[in-house]
Amino acid sequence: MVEERKIRVLVAKPGLDGHDRGAKVIARAFRDAGFEVIYTGLRQTPEMIVSAAIQEDVDAVGVSCLSGAHMYLFPRIVQLLRERGADDVLVFGGGTIPDEDIPKLREAGIAEIFTPGTPTSVAIDFVRNRAGRDRK
Amino acid sequence: MEISDRVRAGDVRAMARLISLIENGFPEATSALKGLYPFTGQAFIVGITGPPGSGKSTLTDQLTQEFRRHGRTIGIVAVDPTSPFTGGAILADRIRMQRHSLDGGVFIRSMATRGHLGGLAKATNDVVNVLDAAGKEVIFIETVGVGQDEVEVVKTAHTSIVVTVPGLGDDIQAIKAGILEIADIFVVNKADREGADKTVAELKAMMALGPGRSDWSPPIFKTVAIEEEGIVELAQGILAHQAHLDQAGVRQERQRERSHALFLELLQERVTRRLLERAAANGILEQTIERIAHRDLDPYSAVDEFLEKAGF
Repeated sequence: MVEERKIRVLVAKPGLDGHDRGAKVIARAFRDAGFEVIYTGLRQTPEMIVSAAIQEDVDAVGVSCLSGAHMYLFPRIVQLLRERGADDVLVFGGGTIPDEDIPKLREAGIAEIFTPGTPTSVAIDFVRNRAGRDRK
Repeated sequence: MEISDRVRAGDVRAMARLISLIENGFPEATSALKGLYPFTGQAFIVGITGPPGSGKSTLTDQLTQEFRRHGRTIGIVAVDPTSPFTGGAILADRIRMQRHSLDGGVFIRSMATRGHLGGLAKATNDVVNVLDAAGKEVIFIETVGVGQDEVEVVKTAHTSIVVTVPGLGDDIQAIKAGILEIADIFVVNKADREGADKTVAELKAMMALGPGRSDWSPPIFKTVAIEEEGIVELAQGILAHQAHLDQAGVRQERQRERSHALFLELLQERVTRRLLERAAANGILEQTIERIAHRDLDPYSAVDEFLEKAGF
């Protein structure tokens, strides 16, 4: 019996800031949307996030950063996924990201950036439409 | 290369992907599992169960650290509940284990129950087989936070650890049937809290009441997992139980029981599915249900009739 394929998303907080409210709100919203959310908590390195994403075979990784280090952390995650042959995993981000950084992040392979005030439904629709689309 | 060959070679992506195929009930999972089965049976499987918040994830993390120190490779299956309303889940056991995420000798997988009762996810057994075939030497299964009756882990694990904490209830709670009966090892975690000795005394008293098991008397360990206290002793306790199983030949017995349960489960699922598919296709299912609902037929005769038509 083929069951419906569950969407699995890793929600992680890279970097050193301790503000995980946004990550928790989105994790909860994803749960309520019927996703399985793997939550890894605070202060994760890109290496730890990518390793967890691969073991958990997630469709998407959502990262939140409020420390200002997003220009290093987000592209590094994309790069590590590519190095490990997991470039079919969708990466999106949130947090306090200045508008002028968003095009550069897109260019680095981050699929979408959700800045403060974005309704959770927008992020849910985004993941639902894109998750697993390029799954190898 | 076939996915099962890649799993046997320890390819992390292949293991992760196969587990997803199993969880989603895809047919290619079954063929891979068939290929892997001959290579299972090597791992030592430890179940960790107990109420929510008793420290199962932290204990799993610390035991992993301890066994890694002795060079053993580790697989972890951590189960959390699925929401009955949305089908979603937050799987957060990894938070306590992330220090092992960069260790190639440790593979951690979070699983949601997806409606399965008993403290495990339905696919847990198959996932354990994948980790076993991939060469993980010790496999920890962390159940969902359980109450009194979710004892399924005992069917899969060689050693079942029941974790409790001080102050959960009076000693009557401890005499109840179910979870306390499955323990090969008891852990009183958060033992720096008031009442730890009382909890130990209650567990001892509970065990003294019954006839007990002739072959093995479950030891009780006090731990403060977060401070790494009592972990070395607990790990030795696990090894002692493992040695006991090998010596007493109980391990083979458990292996047999596990195979029995696994076979019956699969058979039940497949037979039911085939019967229902056929009955649904020719409309008999719908008709029968209508007749029962209208009291034209009782459900007991309906089942007799149904099975007879199916050739049983």
